[in-house]
Amino acid sequence: MVALLLDPLAAIGRATLGACRVAGDAALFALEGLSHVLRPPFHFRLFWRAFLEIAWFSLPVVALTAVFTGMVLALQSFTGFARFNAQSAIASVVVISLTRELGPVLAALMVAGRIGASFAAEIGTMRVTDQIDALTTLSTNPMKYLVAPRLLAAIIALPLLVLVADILGVMGGWLIGTFKLGFVSAAYLKSTFDYLQTQDVVSGLVKAAVFGFIIALMGTWCGYRSKGGAQGVGGATTSAVVAASILILALDYILTEIFFAQ
Amino acid sequence: MTEAMAATGRDRAVAAATPKIRVRGLHKAFGPKQVLDGVDLEVLQGHSLVILGGSGSGKSVTIKCILGLIQPDAGVIEIDGQDVLKMKRREREAVADRIGMLFQNGALFDSLPVWENVCFKLLAQKRLTRAAARDKAAEVLEQVGLAASVGELWPAELSGGMQKRVALARAIAAQPDIIFFDEPTTGLDPIMGAVIDGLIVDCVKRLGATAISITHDMASARRIGDSAAMIHKGRIVWTGEARSLGHTGNAMVDQFANGEREGPIQMELRR
Ligand SMILES: Nc1ncnc2c1ncn2[C@@H]1O[C@H](COP(=O)(O)OP(=O)(O)O)[C@@H](O)[C@H]1O
Ligand SMILES: [Mg+2]
Repeated sequence: MVALLLDPLAAIGRATLGACRVAGDAALFALEGLSHVLRPPFHFRLFWRAFLEIAWFSLPVVALTAVFTGMVLALQSFTGFARFNAQSAIASVVVISLTRELGPVLAALMVAGRIGASFAAEIGTMRVTDQIDALTTLSTNPMKYLVAPRLLAAIIALPLLVLVADILGVMGGWLIGTFKLGFVSAAYLKSTFDYLQTQDVVSGLVKAAVFGFIIALMGTWCGYRSKGGAQGVGGATTSAVVAASILILALDYILTEIFFAQ
Repeated sequence: MTEAMAATGRDRAVAAATPKIRVRGLHKAFGPKQVLDGVDLEVLQGHSLVILGGSGSGKSVTIKCILGLIQPDAGVIEIDGQDVLKMKRREREAVADRIGMLFQNGALFDSLPVWENVCFKLLAQKRLTRAAARDKAAEVLEQVGLAASVGELWPAELSGGMQKRVALARAIAAQPDIIFFDEPTTGLDPIMGAVIDGLIVDCVKRLGATAISITHDMASARRIGDSAAMIHKGRIVWTGEARSLGHTGNAMVDQFANGEREGPIQMELRR
């Protein structure tokens, strides 16, 4: 009887301990990776390659996402706000929801799918084919060579992507506003910028940097710790994307609390 | 003065007697599985040792412990008489800088062209500029029988035998004084295997290096090795001359060398 009661407790305890161990391992990995970002020698070539991969090659996906999101936002708020005659607010609604929330979150989720997966697959494959061990025997610290450049590239690239997403999203809203909903172009743009505050944009960019860090961290960490051949690499890839996506949404809430809840 | 000279003479004699690599009582378990259970090895400067053993017997783990890629649970590993497990990180890295390693499956970096693979260590240690590295790579590739133009290819474009040669070139490019070869001829046809063995012997001789090779090919073992050691169930069960393999008088080694089904070694298919 007592055993029956205690068994679930023990299971919960084991799961909690396991989760703590995993979180601790990720945190130590992050700290070591970041410490190599700051300490020479630096691998500029690898940084640049990762940066191009994240910023340039994610641009089409992020741009499309942003344009359509802006368009949908304009349309939705128009039909919704018509119920209480507040259609004039839609330009501000579009720009504020994009810069504060949807720009960073949607761009980050898209990049998590592309980049988190590709980092985990590449580094995971290197792990199971002994390439990471080979780095060590060739006088190269794998954390410095594989992890640090990717972390830094993602932290820098994501805010740039989000800036582009913000602009394109507003443009999408403006397209719908002027060509479909009958707003005067100049008036739409004026009300877009009238209520926009620096804090809206900056908070979004800070979020983007944090999300970039999380994406690169989950990708590199899951890849680095993968074992067991092709199947292990596949598992690492999935975990990297899922973990990054969940952390992005959770951190989005926490960061919003920090920025805006007074 | 004569006393001082005698002292240096003595030091030299001691240095000559100190094995280049000496492993004592190496233990390593992964979870409940005891992979190494007291491995003892000794290799003299300039000698070549082959390690034999069934697959999964811990040969690669032994080498990875000496390289510092795996932390053993217990034991002593001395290189030039210095206990590497007690060293600080920097000292350990300095020792590792002088060791070359050929991995079981080559472990070439497929994101880099062949020439960058070959000169990776020299570039990492900043002993070469990138421009000079291409020339150096061509030179080393020639030593392993490959044309300079191979340097511009990617590892994925090479056949298995060429990949082994490139991996060998990468292992020797920084002129290490210790080299490990993990199953250098596994997966190659017999002729290519003999060619790679020949290259290994040449390279080790040219560098005057100390070598440990893992193999389960007897012909290969006799060609590469001065001495041989057999590992079974996490321990060294026999050491002797590589030439004598096949007729050592040790039942276990002879069974292994001649590939007989019946004998003291029982294949454990289930664990
Ligand atoms: N990093 C590791 N984690 C868990 N088990 C390992 C690890 N490396 C090796 N092993 C196990 O140790 C045993 C010996 O491996 P290894 O030394 O690679 O064998 P081999 O003699 O064929 O080279 C194998 O059973 C392998 O499963
Ligand atoms: Mg092996």
